[in-house]
Parts: sequence; structure tokens; C-alpha cells
Amino acid sequence: MNFGVVIFPGTWSDCDFHYVISEVLHQPVRYVWHRDANLSEFDCLILPGGFSYGDYLRAGAVAGRSPVVEALPEFTARGGLVLGSCNGFQILCEARLLPGALMRNECLQYRCQSTHLLVENAETPFTRAMRPGQVLKMPISHGEGKYHADAETIRRLKANHQIVFRYCTEQGRVIKEANPNGSLDNIAGVINEEGTVLGLMPHPERAAESTLGGTDGTLIFHSILGTLVEDGSFLKR
Amino acid sequence: MLVRLKSSILDAQGATVKRALTGLGFAEVKDVRVGKVIDLDLDGLEASEARRRLDEMCAKLLHNPVIEDFTVELL
Repeated sequence: MNFGVVIFPGTWSDCDFHYVISEVLHQPVRYVWHRDANLSEFDCLILPGGFSYGDYLRAGAVAGRSPVVEALPEFTARGGLVLGSCNGFQILCEARLLPGALMRNECLQYRCQSTHLLVENAETPFTRAMRPGQVLKMPISHGEGKYHADAETIRRLKANHQIVFRYCTEQGRVIKEANPNGSLDNIAGVINEEGTVLGLMPHPERAAESTLGGTDGTLIFHSILGTLVEDGSFLKR
Repeated sequence: MLVRLKSSILDAQGATVKRALTGLGFAEVKDVRVGKVIDLDLDGLEASEARRRLDEMCAKLLHNPVIEDFTVELL
């Protein structure tokens, strides 16, 4: 699969994603400058973490109006997948490609730490290599990761199984103590209705090698690629 | 342009500022909410056109309707 890693001014996780896709997963990947709206060669686009435009106005606000982001609806309509992590998730919400908004962490502190995620929906193209109820370990690094949406949107997300990951304890308990930023319902990642755009606050690209503390992040890529599995039961896309 | 968090949203920053003020002895402070001022200098538009364009700017970029409300003041 052809991967594209989008770069905005201020993006910083682009190199990590490029490295993981190229050196760990051995897939073709190239950088995409945010003004480039020609996405025909790609199967999957990554919106990486960072501080695009310095988080000015609102995190992801300016990047959310970039040519490359405006080209995403057409990209996904023809089968492309979009994965947004951290600032990428913020950008997708600002662009209205995902519902809700990410706000300043409730504790008002920047949180850079390991978290556990409960897999709520293992049927998506990004999670089908996982089991429902599986607990993943992935780091976060953000000051504005508190997910918010109004009651009607939350109701709809739940009804459509669009909540994909929730912060939990190592044992998979979704409780307040496991929530690093005050996100509503411990929501850590959501998918759009069509199942083509996933946004999550944690960093899967920082959980792709055991030397750095874990490889659970690769499960998202294996899901996308349609490869691998723990018990051999996963079918190729 | 004044951008404020919607009243239904918890303002953690405002709550912190309130705690700081009461800690400084201002016990009368019941609530604090922190917003944003955006000053725009527009070139030669008359008032009703300016207001219309500002509403458009707000809708397209300057505020996030999921969590914010805005008011416009022409000076």
C-alpha cells in the first residue's frame, strides 16, 4: 500500500511515522507537503502529531483549512484511508471530517505518558487485527486532548459504534483515574460514519518497536494492510 | 470579535483563574470564564457589509461552533 505522511508547518511526528512505515513495516511511503492536493497515488494518508501553525487560534484550526485537507473527502470517497494522530486528530475535527472537538486538558497540564486503550470497535479498517476488549499500550503527548462533543453527537457516536478507543487501566477498566485529559467518556479515538477516517490522540508511531516500549501501534497498520495476526484468524482485506 | 466557550462547556482555565483570585482574597468572585479577543482591521467596508463578512470569517475559521460562541463589535 502507498502511504503518504502529510507535513504542515510545525508538524513533528512526520519523521517517526515515515520511519515506522518504511523501516518497520517496509511499505512505500513519501512525505506530502500540505499544499499538495494531488493524492491519486496514495492508499492511506497520515496526519501526524505536532504543533501545526503553532496551535495558533485553536490547535489544528489553520491546518484544517489546508489544500491537502480539503482534498480528503474526495480521497476517502474513492477508497482512501486517513489516520490522524494527536494534532492530526485535532485537524480532522477542525475540518469537520470527524465530529467533536479537542480542548485543553482538564488538568491544564501537558501530559506526556503511557496510556492504555480499550478497543471498543474491532471491525474498522484500522482495528480489524485487534480483538474487541483488547487493551493496547500507547503513549500520549499533548496539552489539548480533551475530547468534547454535545450530547446528541455522543449518542450518535455510541449508536454507530464510532468510538474506537477509550482510555482504560492496564486491566481494561474505563475509569476516571485512567483518563489523562478529561475526555468525555474517556474517548481516545473516533472514526467517521463511513469508516474511512480515524482520529486518535495517542501516538501509534511511538509504539512500533519493542526497544521503545511496545509494538501495539503496529496493530493499527497491520489492520490497514490486511496482514498478520495473533491467532491466524484475521482475513486479508 | 469576542470568542467565548459555550456556557455548557466546562472551563478548566476559568476555574483555575477563579481559584487564584479567591486565593488572593477576592472572595466575591463567583465564576470566571476565559475567552478570546480578535481585533480585525478591515479595509474600507461599510458597516452592514463588514458585519456580513465578519460572520463569514467566524463561520469559516475564527470560531469553532462545536465549543464556542462569538459576538462581533464594530468600532
